[in-house]
Amino acid sequence: MIIGSVQGLGRVGLRFFNQLGESGLFLLKTVFQKPRLIKATPLLIQEIFFVGVFSLPIMLVASLFIGMVVGLQGFNILSQFSATGELGQLVALSVVRELGPVVGALLFAGRAGSALTAEIGLMKTTEQLASMEMMGVDPLWRVVAPRFWAGVISLPLLTIIFCVVAVFGGDLIGVEWLGIDGGAFWSNMQASVDFHNDVLNGVIKSAVFGALITWIAVYQGYATEPTASGISRATTRTVVYSSLTVLGMDFVLTAIMMGGW
Amino acid sequence: MGNCGHTDPLIRLEGVTFRRGDKIIFNNVSLSIPRGKITAIMGPSGTGKTTLLQLIGGALRPESGHVYYDGLCVDELSERQLYVLREKMGMLFQHSALFTNLSVYDNVAFPIREHTQLPEFFIRYLVLMKLEAVGLRGAKDLFPSELSGGMARRVALARAMALDPELIMYDEPFTGQDPISMGVLVQLVKKFNDALNMTSIIVSHDVPETVSIADYIYIFSNGVIVGEGTPEALANNQNPHVLQFLKGLADGAVPFHYPASHYEQDLFQGKEEGVMH
Amino acid sequence: MERRVVEVSVGLLMIAGFLALLILAFKVSNFSMYGKNDSYVVTAKFDNIGDLKPRAPVSIAGVKVGQVESIHLDKKLYKAIVTLRIKTQDNNIPTDSSANIVTAGLLGSNYIAITPGFDPTFLKNNSMITETNSAILLEDMIGQLIFNSKKEKDPEKT
Repeated sequence: MIIGSVQGLGRVGLRFFNQLGESGLFLLKTVFQKPRLIKATPLLIQEIFFVGVFSLPIMLVASLFIGMVVGLQGFNILSQFSATGELGQLVALSVVRELGPVVGALLFAGRAGSALTAEIGLMKTTEQLASMEMMGVDPLWRVVAPRFWAGVISLPLLTIIFCVVAVFGGDLIGVEWLGIDGGAFWSNMQASVDFHNDVLNGVIKSAVFGALITWIAVYQGYATEPTASGISRATTRTVVYSSLTVLGMDFVLTAIMMGGW
Repeated sequence: MGNCGHTDPLIRLEGVTFRRGDKIIFNNVSLSIPRGKITAIMGPSGTGKTTLLQLIGGALRPESGHVYYDGLCVDELSERQLYVLREKMGMLFQHSALFTNLSVYDNVAFPIREHTQLPEFFIRYLVLMKLEAVGLRGAKDLFPSELSGGMARRVALARAMALDPELIMYDEPFTGQDPISMGVLVQLVKKFNDALNMTSIIVSHDVPETVSIADYIYIFSNGVIVGEGTPEALANNQNPHVLQFLKGLADGAVPFHYPASHYEQDLFQGKEEGVMH
Repeated sequence: MERRVVEVSVGLLMIAGFLALLILAFKVSNFSMYGKNDSYVVTAKFDNIGDLKPRAPVSIAGVKVGQVESIHLDKKLYKAIVTLRIKTQDNNIPTDSSANIVTAGLLGSNYIAITPGFDPTFLKNNSMITETNSAILLEDMIGQLIFNSKKEKDPEKT
């Protein structure tokens, strides 16, 4: 029994590393291709539309609510220390450093990541990818690469917008509703949020997350079993793996950026 | 762009063995596909007929043996060389595999736009001509989701023809078609092959349609060729596999029953177990 | 999707992202561009810098005139050498001004407040402020408080 479970664990481990290697090679082949800028740019723009612009509504709504909740909760805690003037700093730092990049990435994984996997998985199942290959066109540059770069470009843009809307959400709750002094809110915030360490680091985080999520989404779609249940399993895997990877990577990046690891 | 004057076969398989996991799909298979003719690959489901097309197109590599296209050893080509070779091949997939996000016009124009630098107005001529040949010029602005199965297949045929290939491969073209579309397709396959002097390979298990247009037939079973020849020659072939396949017999060389234990034993042993619960 | 709609919305998304970045830079964070051309450096030595960090503001009369660039240890004198980068337009700081480390609010972080002196000559690039006051540590204040309250209770014992 014990041998059996150890064996099972070994098998899972081997399969995991096998997949990791395959997906790594896949990523390298996608990224290091001969750039066909003239032909690929319209494709890229189209994909930024589907991946970025379509994700904007969910980002806007979520960021507004998150900003408002952080403002509300922050006010409750800070008022115990009579430090409500610091609310601006609290909201801005939480959002810019962590909530913006991470929550934005999780939402992106759920919305755009699963859509990418489903789309590519469907193309594989209906043999569109195979027929493209048989026509002498490499699907890696025509289908996969535009979607990958679209994800890498879109998520940072969306995250920045997310942060701004969330901070304004906090301002809405704190200043308009709860009556904190607007001047204190914004000036304390400005004094404590550092552009290079906080904002830029947040943007770098979101770029890394964008690359990771899109890589996982695109690979899962490409490697899916060509059946309907295969696609649904692949979509679930994309969301689960991306979310876990984002959270784990967030810890690593935060340790490097803030803790001097 | 035809096969002018050569008498050697366009495609040759020599001693090809291919395995998928433990199952042997092809066991030391050798065959040749003559130029300018329609060759049919037939056999029961699951004999790996689609795999054969993939071997010819270089999407799969044989375990041993070689695949030759016009003298070139396909299984030894690099990816770049393969992509160049595939410009000469057209393939019609079983479910047409049209790009769902492009219109019929753009689907047919796709290979032309990818492989040539022709200006748009010229591409328009080509696309309209191909669509006219399959009778769907009026549908050029529709999307694949708006087409019936038969229409989609015809569009896929026009797309496979777009670059006037030397070789065209049909993967189960007649499967699941109503009699009218079937008739249309059969006619188109024959018409294109003769008019453009192409080489055609049809993979199918639809006996009457395929036999009506094929010039040469290979019948596979269990990974080996069990019969080959012109349709007339095969009609007189006495090999049990060939007979069962061509006549559509339920039981014969391919048994009706999946291997199982003795019937009575199975029934009554089960009865005892049932009592216990 | 119509080509036009796609391209316009992608363009709008990129503009929105860029604008948001600008808002984050100037309204939310303390982004300031202290290039080498429009600022000059001044040093000051402190016994104890407390909680002072690089990029902490430097202000005169509450108005920000620069920021702390770097903090090093003087290995011979065991003092903290703080380098301040000050905006060129604020070049009227007398050489006998004092630099004090103060705390922003009750629980805030430390920053440097410069109290101007009376000298007619002004600080230039790479000059040093000699008058400094270190950070006031909470422990010292409490110790002082306890000492003072004891003094009040028992004037003879001290």
